[in-house]
Amino acid sequence: MKPIALMLSHLLILTAPAWAAAPPEVVLQAEAERVEVIAKARAAAVCVFAREGQGGGSGVVISPDGYALSNFHVTKPAGNAIRCGMLDGRVYDAVIVSVDPTGDVALIKLFGRDDFPHAELADSDTVRVGDWAFAVGNPFLLANDLAPTVTYGIVSGVHRYQYPAGTILEYTDCIQTDAAINPGNSGGPLFNAQGQLIGINGRASFEKRGRVNVGVGYAISINQIKNFLGYLKSGRIVDHASLGATVRTDFDGRVVVDQILDDSDAYRRGMRRGDEIVRFAGRSITTVNSFKNVLGILPQGWRVPLTYRRDGQSHDCLVRLAALHHEGELAEAVRSGPTPSPDEGPDEQPEGPQQPLPLPTEPAPSAEMPEIVAQHFEARAGYTNYFFNQSNRQRVWDAFTARGDFSGLTTGWMLTGETPTGEMFTVELADEEGAIRLPEGESLARFDDVLSAATKPGGSGGLLAALHLWRRLLLVGPAEYGEVYYLGTAPLPGRAELVDVLVGNHAGIETTFYFDPSLGDLVAVEMFGQYGADPCEIYFDDIREIEGRHFPHRLEVRHGDIVYAVLEVKEVAFERPVEN
Amino acid sequence: MTNRRKNNVAQTFLSVSFCSLSLWERAGERASSVAQTFLSVTANSLSLWERVVSFFYHTRWERPVSFFSLSLWEKRAVSFFSLSLWERAGERVCAVAERAPHNLRLRLLSLLPALLILFTAVRLPAQVSFAPVVDEVQPQIVKIYGAGGLAGLEAYQSGFLISAEGHILTAWSHVLDATSATVHLHDGRRYEAELVGADPRVDVAVLKIDAENLPYFDLNVAPEATEGTRVLAFCNLFGIATGDEPASVLHGRIAITTPLAARSGAYPTLYRGPVYILDAMTNNPGAAGGALTDTSGRLLGMLGKEVQSTLTGTWLNYALPADRIRPAVHALLSGESADPLPEDRPRAEQAITLADLGLILVPDVLTRTPPFIDAVRPDSPAAVAGLAPDDLVVFLEERLVPSCQMLREELQFIAADQPVSLTVMRGDELVQVTLQVQQD
Repeated sequence: MKPIALMLSHLLILTAPAWAAAPPEVVLQAEAERVEVIAKARAAAVCVFAREGQGGGSGVVISPDGYALSNFHVTKPAGNAIRCGMLDGRVYDAVIVSVDPTGDVALIKLFGRDDFPHAELADSDTVRVGDWAFAVGNPFLLANDLAPTVTYGIVSGVHRYQYPAGTILEYTDCIQTDAAINPGNSGGPLFNAQGQLIGINGRASFEKRGRVNVGVGYAISINQIKNFLGYLKSGRIVDHASLGATVRTDFDGRVVVDQILDDSDAYRRGMRRGDEIVRFAGRSITTVNSFKNVLGILPQGWRVPLTYRRDGQSHDCLVRLAALHHEGELAEAVRSGPTPSPDEGPDEQPEGPQQPLPLPTEPAPSAEMPEIVAQHFEARAGYTNYFFNQSNRQRVWDAFTARGDFSGLTTGWMLTGETPTGEMFTVELADEEGAIRLPEGESLARFDDVLSAATKPGGSGGLLAALHLWRRLLLVGPAEYGEVYYLGTAPLPGRAELVDVLVGNHAGIETTFYFDPSLGDLVAVEMFGQYGADPCEIYFDDIREIEGRHFPHRLEVRHGDIVYAVLEVKEVAFERPVEN
Repeated sequence: MTNRRKNNVAQTFLSVSFCSLSLWERAGERASSVAQTFLSVTANSLSLWERVVSFFYHTRWERPVSFFSLSLWEKRAVSFFSLSLWERAGERVCAVAERAPHNLRLRLLSLLPALLILFTAVRLPAQVSFAPVVDEVQPQIVKIYGAGGLAGLEAYQSGFLISAEGHILTAWSHVLDATSATVHLHDGRRYEAELVGADPRVDVAVLKIDAENLPYFDLNVAPEATEGTRVLAFCNLFGIATGDEPASVLHGRIAITTPLAARSGAYPTLYRGPVYILDAMTNNPGAAGGALTDTSGRLLGMLGKEVQSTLTGTWLNYALPADRIRPAVHALLSGESADPLPEDRPRAEQAITLADLGLILVPDVLTRTPPFIDAVRPDSPAAVAGLAPDDLVVFLEERLVPSCQMLREELQFIAADQPVSLTVMRGDELVQVTLQVQQD
């Protein structure tokens, strides 16, 4: 080692004069890289302005067709039509798409380009404390020239849980940064050093100095928003999830179930008071906060894995998450919500340490909507913008019908085949009645009273009714089926990617339809025949073309914790209606 | 070449060769041996200014150094240097070889492949994350919970481990004004901590938890930092982290090292020695007692309490330098201030009073009002001893008296005819005086 060190020292001495006068090249290079990263990231940032009056905040475009993220508390006072300034100096019209009042997220859509500069979404679970990060936005509404402000810092904390600040708005699993986050930065992007979007800034801790940054800002993680993105494109007021159980830490530091609702899915899966929660949605649970962090980033209606432990025995299951709020609660939040009153000025002492970051705003007067916005907006109770629900429902249905058009096949359908044990089965479905013959026995139902069919055959959760409703959707489509809305995207057992979900209501029965987002195939149906009971689930597989239509040749029927039946379809007969 | 320039060159040279050494021999050779190596090298390499450089080398390096201990300027220089060499390695080595003695030339050429590897390793990526350093430091940081929660006083603060046996250094504050404090380690393990002792002169307290084999900062090797040193601040500001959630990390630089001129509420701070003023926002509830480190995770100091500049009223972000805290901590650890007093020590039959001494303290309005002298009665023992308004009584005999009440209580153990030894803080100085009440 010594001679090497010696030689090195020697070499270094001799070469010294070359750099003594020169600027440090690696620093210049790093600076150039950073300038480039920031320039690119900054171009995707949006300055959000209410159409009339004062107020606003920030946002960031995430797709070339102009979808942009912001905070609910920023877009709310701005109303349904929003003006967005970008670095290119232009002001774009935008429309509200969806809001998530609990997670403080809003999705808007900008118009005027199909090549918007947009941010690349990072995997925020890879963000580490100590990583460089920078925020882009419109603090103190400085951007009179529409050029957003950049503040640089590091990630100070990850997986932070911040209690609701007197509203339903809750920051879970968020990213804490010392990059300056000030009023007006709300809704704006937090980028990593590579210029990828890791979060949406929305909150900060304030104290004695008033409403200015004191080194602690919080960003909603982009992974949470990725979970919600499908929901956020649905034009609905989207809700977060509830497990139907509360947890606490016991004396040994374990996280245990404190209270559990007996109509919750977790209860039906066997979880009881006192059980230890070990894993939830793929993450280990070590504290109450870690449980809240996992739950807080999940949308209502998702089914996620849960592991609980009782008497040393682990139990794995999938739990269906209920809504966190009643519909009315959210609608109320959207009407009144956490938006501060106009008198909550920056000089006032806030009541709690963590505060959302809106600027003082006047409620937007009912301004006339620009035409392009009016074309993309439809008001409807329970929705932020029904236009987007309709267009997504249509998109999903168009993709499905491209794989097979079943309209007009209104006479009886007959499926015959074998169960895995080689025994015969037949399924007959017609408008008014249906029958199913399985090795276990035969079951018949009349569909003029679908609810009564929703119990047959016994133990299946209502396979006949589920098949009937499936056939009904295929025949008449979502427009005629009953009330059908686009829920968003959700996980489905056995699939890596999220799938598109339509929810239909017919004859008082709610049924969920899952569609492969790339192929368009209908891959699963869940029919909730009875309130507070497990649905009948049918998973469609082995989808092959017959007579010009893609049709499933394997049906797996599940109910609760059991696989009720596996039907391998050998023959399908659609008795064509008589042509007039 | 000006002297200043030469000095710069020397420093950078130094850092470069240390860098290469530390990369080859990571364990960290003594700097002196490196300096010797360097000297022997320069003896061979003949150029006058290189000898000048070697002189600077020789005088400066006395302690183990690694690349990560270099100042930012030095790192930049090293990085640049290695980059330019990486890019021009061949050319440069050839040029060197032409100038070098024959045997050296051969040895240099034989080193080329090794050099290439070295320079690749040294080259800094454009954006170096602090994440590895943060991961290394976090196990040494603790969250402390104690008294408070009322009237805007937080019941939490920060601290860090300074021994493997669970000694924790933190700020001396109201949070510790309880029978015991609870300490949470970074991984969620929690302990009841006992107060080993406190030294209000530097505003530090040492706690002890019952644990072993803990990672800790060695206060004895804490390096000194200078203006511009890049720093990380580890603390649980705003009490954001709970349980097994690690403390928050802020980044910044040391803006200046300057005597602290600040007040806490209405009273000047006791400590008026040098502090690191930071551009990281550490002046926040719960941050006091946190660790200030350099970017390689070495302790530089302890984050101070929330105080305001006496001059401007600005909330100061600052840290107490490790070398300023060290003597007090050593004293506390060796038990000087922690001598338990006998429970039954006798009160003086006729105890001395403040009035006897001619001392008038500031109004005792707080739970723990610092015993500042408000006025001195003329011709009294206090006046004779030279005590003056604004002096702060720190010690009575060898007892620490952090409050007016404490001072009054302690006087009850001293007889009226005994001489009284007081240590007061006057400006930055500690002044010891003896007061003798004249007997009639």
